Amino acid sequence: MTLDQVSNSSRAYIVREVKKGPLTTKLIDMGLFPGKEIRLLFKAPFGDPIAIEVQSYTLSLRREEAALISIE
Amino acid sequence: MKAALVGNPNVGKTSVFNLLTGLNQKVGNYPGITVDKKWGHFNHQGTHVELLDLPGLYSIYPKSQDEEVVFQVLRQKDHRDHPDLVIVVMDATNLERNLFLATQILDLGIPTLLIANMIDLMDKDHVGVNFEKLTELLGGVPLVPFNARTGQDLALLKSALLEVSLEGASSPHTQEFTNLEECNTGRHEEAALGEARYKRIRQILSFCQPSPRKRSARHQKWDQILTHPVWGYLIFLSLLALIFQTIFAWSEVPMNLIDTVFLTLSQWTQATLPTGPLPDLISQGLIPGLGGVMIFIPQIALLFGFIFVLEETGYMARVVFITDRLIRPFGLNGRSIVPLISGVACAIPAVMATRTIDHWKERLITIMVVPLMSCSARLPVYTLLIALVVPDVSWGIFNLKGMVLMALYLVGFVAALFSALLFKWLLKTKEKSFLVMELPDYKIPRWSNLGITMLEKCKVFVWEAGKVILAISVILWLLASYGPGGQMASAIAKIPVPNESAQQTDYQQQVKSVALEHSYIGRAGKWMEPVIQPLGYNWQIGISLITSFLAREVFVGSMATIYSVGETFESDQTLLERMSHQRNGLGKPVYTLASGISLMLFYAFAMQCMSTLAVVRRETKSWKWPLIQLVYMTALAYISALIVFNLLN
Repeated sequence: MTLDQVSNSSRAYIVREVKKGPLTTKLIDMGLFPGKEIRLLFKAPFGDPIAIEVQSYTLSLRREEAALISIE
Repeated sequence: MKAALVGNPNVGKTSVFNLLTGLNQKVGNYPGITVDKKWGHFNHQGTHVELLDLPGLYSIYPKSQDEEVVFQVLRQKDHRDHPDLVIVVMDATNLERNLFLATQILDLGIPTLLIANMIDLMDKDHVGVNFEKLTELLGGVPLVPFNARTGQDLALLKSALLEVSLEGASSPHTQEFTNLEECNTGRHEEAALGEARYKRIRQILSFCQPSPRKRSARHQKWDQILTHPVWGYLIFLSLLALIFQTIFAWSEVPMNLIDTVFLTLSQWTQATLPTGPLPDLISQGLIPGLGGVMIFIPQIALLFGFIFVLEETGYMARVVFITDRLIRPFGLNGRSIVPLISGVACAIPAVMATRTIDHWKERLITIMVVPLMSCSARLPVYTLLIALVVPDVSWGIFNLKGMVLMALYLVGFVAALFSALLFKWLLKTKEKSFLVMELPDYKIPRWSNLGITMLEKCKVFVWEAGKVILAISVILWLLASYGPGGQMASAIAKIPVPNESAQQTDYQQQVKSVALEHSYIGRAGKWMEPVIQPLGYNWQIGISLITSFLAREVFVGSMATIYSVGETFESDQTLLERMSHQRNGLGKPVYTLASGISLMLFYAFAMQCMSTLAVVRRETKSWKWPLIQLVYMTALAYISALIVFNLLN
């Protein structure tokens, strides 16, 4: 499953892999490395972008960027 | 000693910079790029410290122009800004991500001081961090817990800084950068290195921070309201309305004051200095030109004051969050919204406000289309022309004059969106647009930073764009005051000089009118007539089109000069009367509904503002973009005016 498909904000997910591409480093720099626990917080109107909790801060990403992140 | 300040965005880096340097700050440029360079200085115990404030970033591997600057300054030992020591400001409540950057800096082998800022919030959230243990695990790097909100222990921080400079660097604990001559690692390798770095930081933190902070619930409540599909937009729109109301209401008095001061100064110098070309240049060219720069200061200061508050409270990121999807199809992103809407007040602060858009292409598109938003300087032009050509018809509460005015604003907005779309297709770029953005916690702004920010923006405008504005306005004045050969003098000599003093004003107005007609600009206006005739204009309008390049509202004053009447058309009907009696070569009136609407559309689209061009040059660091803007907006104005005139005529 990838992060853009998440709609349940009550459970936490673990980052499994960040898809290789131009944004990989950016996403890892922001703390989305494999093994990291994240949680969906809320979505913008129209469901895009989304806001997630990355341990101690809130990160927003567009759906297409969230689709790069596989979770479990 | 040279020091550099580094840190993630939203960690209070600017507060630390302001606390250390106070008002001893300067803003300039890095050569060739559009990144602002901010530096300041202070003295502590006899040591002079020059402090460079580097742009906020999350990782030293550059992904934008801002980050490239930081990378180069820190990596290249022979860079002219390469510091003797680095201060890394960290958010104590989010050490994991902040240590990512901090350990990268440590690995560069430059002497480093770490600041754990926001310890007040850390205590509030009950996340105990053992800083001594952390220092030890990081190889003995000095670390100062700090609270930039109160500025307590500032002297301690300064002393720690001097100590670091004496002791030198601690040894880097990875070899990541030692073999790295340039940033030549591949992206995949970088990602793997980043992953490994985070694993190591986790290990270190597990020894000194037993319970990492969880996001507290009080912020989520706010987020639910402010990003709500209905309330979110409603709150944003009402806030905008409030901000613009305030900008208009509060800037009016200082703007009038600046106007009066420079007018008085101009008149005073004119009366005091002897007559001649040079004193005239000073009193009528230079002083009003300076006034034309200063007049923007109230609006710039106020808009940036509000933007500062929106940014500092954390609300701006939510605005970006809820508007990004709406505006993305036009090649813009959520960060374009505030500059775009600010364009309704004035394009100048709006163009300056595009700084927050990190993606270069989206920033450029925003800059290119902002001047199409109907700014307040167009209003006097619209008012005069609507009064002249739009019939006084009403249907219930709807008045045709009001509807035309509203349509002009709408047309500007729609044109801005579609031009953005056009630029999206035309501009090629390698970087893909993305929005990976932190939503910072809600905070009360530190008010002492407010004044410093407003001052800084005004200084940048006056020093960087002001020079160009002043130069162009002096040139325009020269072209309007002098003409080829002796034609101007002989034409003035033909006007009968009145005997009675009661007719003196009338005579003066006629002299002004004749002088403008025979000046270089007057000649250009007449020369232009064949070009603008298809739009329904005559040479009088041609002259005003050129002079209003100073600022759009100058149109009204030029018209008054040409028709030799006073400038207050609202109270004095003579200008409207003379304009409505104006006939063309075929004996038909010049100012009809067709030519009036055509002229208003021209003003809605044409780039008739040298100040905006000067600011665009300053923000894009080249003449290329302002010139493209001038050409495309003029073409858009000409073609749409031509179509409308022919449809209505």
